[in-house]
Amino acid sequence: MTLTDAPTTTSVIGQRLLRKEDPALLTGEARFTDDLQLPGALHLIVARSPYAHARITRIDTSAAAAAPGVVAVHTGADLTDLWAAPMPCAWPVTDDMKNPAHYPLAVDKVNYVGDGVACVLATSNAAGRDAVELIDVEYEPLEAVVGLEDALSDRIVIHEDLGTNASYTWPLVVEEQEGAVDRAFADAAFTVKERYVQQRLIPMAMEPRAVAAVPQPFGGDITLYTATQVPHILKVMTAITLGIPEHQLRVVAPAVGGGFGSKLNVYAEELLCTALSRKHHLPVRWTEERSENSMATIHGRGQIQDIELAADADGKLIGLRVKLLADMGAYLQLVTPGIPLLGAFLYAGVYHLPKAFSFSCTSVFTNLTPTDAYRGAGRPEATYAIERAMDTLAAAVGVDPREIRRRNYIAKEAYPYEAYTGLTYDSGDHIKAADIAADLADYDGIRAKQKDQNVEGSTTRLGIGMCSYFEMCGLAPSRVLASLNYSAGGWEAATVRVLPTSKIQVVTGTTPHGQGHETSWSMIAAEKLGVAVEDVDVLHSDTAISPLGLDTYGSRSLPVGGVAVAMACDKVIDKAKLIAAHQLEASAEDLEFSGGSFTVAGSPDKALPLAAIACEAFTAHDLPDGMEPNLEAHVTYDPPNFSWPFGTHMCVVEVDTETGSVDVLKYVAVDDCGVQINPLIVEGQVHGGVIQGLAQALFEGAVYDADGNLQTATLADYLVPAASDVPSITLGHSVTPSPTNQLGVKGVGEAGTIGAAPTVINAIVDALSGLGVTDVKMPASPINVWTAIAEATASNNGDVGGTASAPDTSTSATSGEADQ
Amino acid sequence: MEITVTVNGTQRSADVEPRTLLVHFVRDHLGLTGTNVGCDTSSCGACTLHLDGESVKSCTLLAAQADGGEITTIEGLARDGELHPMQQAFMENHGLQCGFCTPGMIMAATSLLDEQPNPTEEDVRIGLEGNLCRCTGYHNIVQAVLACAKG
Repeated sequence: MTLTDAPTTTSVIGQRLLRKEDPALLTGEARFTDDLQLPGALHLIVARSPYAHARITRIDTSAAAAAPGVVAVHTGADLTDLWAAPMPCAWPVTDDMKNPAHYPLAVDKVNYVGDGVACVLATSNAAGRDAVELIDVEYEPLEAVVGLEDALSDRIVIHEDLGTNASYTWPLVVEEQEGAVDRAFADAAFTVKERYVQQRLIPMAMEPRAVAAVPQPFGGDITLYTATQVPHILKVMTAITLGIPEHQLRVVAPAVGGGFGSKLNVYAEELLCTALSRKHHLPVRWTEERSENSMATIHGRGQIQDIELAADADGKLIGLRVKLLADMGAYLQLVTPGIPLLGAFLYAGVYHLPKAFSFSCTSVFTNLTPTDAYRGAGRPEATYAIERAMDTLAAAVGVDPREIRRRNYIAKEAYPYEAYTGLTYDSGDHIKAADIAADLADYDGIRAKQKDQNVEGSTTRLGIGMCSYFEMCGLAPSRVLASLNYSAGGWEAATVRVLPTSKIQVVTGTTPHGQGHETSWSMIAAEKLGVAVEDVDVLHSDTAISPLGLDTYGSRSLPVGGVAVAMACDKVIDKAKLIAAHQLEASAEDLEFSGGSFTVAGSPDKALPLAAIACEAFTAHDLPDGMEPNLEAHVTYDPPNFSWPFGTHMCVVEVDTETGSVDVLKYVAVDDCGVQINPLIVEGQVHGGVIQGLAQALFEGAVYDADGNLQTATLADYLVPAASDVPSITLGHSVTPSPTNQLGVKGVGEAGTIGAAPTVINAIVDALSGLGVTDVKMPASPINVWTAIAEATASNNGDVGGTASAPDTSTSATSGEADQ
Repeated sequence: MEITVTVNGTQRSADVEPRTLLVHFVRDHLGLTGTNVGCDTSSCGACTLHLDGESVKSCTLLAAQADGGEITTIEGLARDGELHPMQQAFMENHGLQCGFCTPGMIMAATSLLDEQPNPTEEDVRIGLEGNLCRCTGYHNIVQAVLACAKG
């Protein structure tokens, strides 16, 4: 293994090892699901609704069925016998949550553009795509519900049998004494009341989804290959939904081209391929086109946030009210309803808040693509709201944004800190992170420069913004999940096996799709067992090889799955020690294990390497009485707490006030994810996360017209940034080990995304504050920035609603959301 | 229709439908699945390969247009078990995570250096703007290309 920097320590952990995953990916050898060669497979093509809301009055499949290469055409009505249960929602957040029955193909009614109504099975993808055009569906169009407040009004009820568009209202009130929140606001020296809109985002993993279900000719076993983050969860859910024996189902996630939450689900096409391969006794495969991906793979965000802060005369928080209106889309997917609630515990951010907190989330159905987890999932939204509101509070109090945060940070000495919600934050040093960031961003220098640059008449305004965040990750202690009504646990499994030749196999229940677990888990095992990283192989993403696991999402893999690997190594060492003691005729208590060998304390010449013990365990010729042969250990680890990475991000922007265009001059991310197993990988996670968050702030947004048609269904319209659109990133870090696990790790997958959006918007608002701008709508496209300036200017001139007209710079992706 | 191309140094012929896109020809007929399809609007660049020495998005060309041409795909870059310097630079700079955009990104990057052997950071960012990556935020991709240029 090559090093990019000379090692400064003999420890494996902390080295910048290059990734084991890379050669296969760099040479095209890696196999993604669509790369699998499956002779004789039928190609599934789904006919999708062009209407957001309509009744299906008639479907004529005869022309499609007669088309060349077509083996079968099925409508939703044909297939109802295949489903033992509706598609699963695993998070019934309240006892009275409304959850409309949702099947892989709609039967009577379609509820979003892209809802599947029928499907073709053909001998080639091209034949299937031709034939699907021949399916004649007659619709009776209904008015679509697009806006959240319109949905809440129940003017049109989407799922008539539910009687309302509201799925649930979930409250969380924490008060020292009854009425504490109201008293805090009554007593406050300063209050802030803001509304923020989290626009819908399309995850846009570069690999569209793909599925291939392969039945065995006899016996009923079936292998489901799919581009998923969650093969283990999918196996259970597919078995339940199709009513097939779980032990006959094997789910494999081949190379997976990014997920960001969008492949954390149970999708119609996975169920259709599995069910139809059983029905037709042939492999059935499906590969999504990008415009299908935009419509039929989940979206993220989609919230209106009302936040109110109450602060004392020093600007210290004394009360907080949050009210969310969240967009579920047309149906509840796997964890849709829980996503906004994952943020509920983070609305006070990294700040001390007395028990005066009131939160409520009402979630509504709309005639839009279902929402679900997207990188950060609820936590970026919460962080955005508190971090934007803290800047507004700073302005009200008349202090710098850094100062208002300094006054409110939970003190380093207070950790572990029991928060107002009852959750315990494991560790933090917020002033340190902010100081490192301020140095890297030259915070004071920028403030000084602003005095010269942001003067009357200046059209190029300089701004600096910041955000200090907590990321609640390491999902999750199973008992906490139980208290949130989540249907599964939060443990993770690992097996560590020492082979007869002393090579190591690690089996993990996590499912990497870009995060480099093969490398990092190898490093953990190498560190623990004193072997070379090259001598460790990591097996994953196949339920036949790794039967137990809860997969990869929520920055959980390292603090739960990686820790499980370390614990399994400990168990291996414990067993090996008994064998070594037996061989060395010493007491196990007198043995020390380091550098891959057992030695007897005080007799360094008496040593036994793990390699010798591995062989001994395999031959089993001379093991201690009663000991089982072989050297392997299994661990299922249920974490005692979430993990709490934190950090401070800063961004320097220049805003052209005449065009509204924003130039990001510098982006600084200082993250503390505890101990870093491989800094190279940590940095890559932060880079990617930051750009995704920055993209929400500046570029991206799913735009619908008033009829519920997605206007940004292609990568030509939905502005995933290119290299030329974004800056390089300056990284800093601190290391505050997590006290709740033996590795001291916390997770880092979502940190960048959580920090970036508020940081960028705070910088833009800071640049424009001299013009009276107090908020800019996301994405802060030229038109949205220009409009904010125009409105502020008109307001300053007492000329609200004046005649200012926008420059013609709008594109479909930046013109804002319909009816929101 | 019958078309013949030289792919990664080997002559290959196949009978394809006239509407077959070059990317589908390469993937489905030649079995070279390293070239990926990430969109349907020629926006993402995952399908980038070299045709007659130039990088092209193989989803925007018909296979028929490549008839008689010379194609290099990602599978043709590494030689004798040694990674191409650009592949090596991507590895050393952690310029890939999930790896789906990587083949196209590397084909575009090698083409960029053919045209601009000593690019600035801005040249690299502009030169790669036809190739999207969702994982890396581009930071390490840019570093990889600059490192490769420096040799």
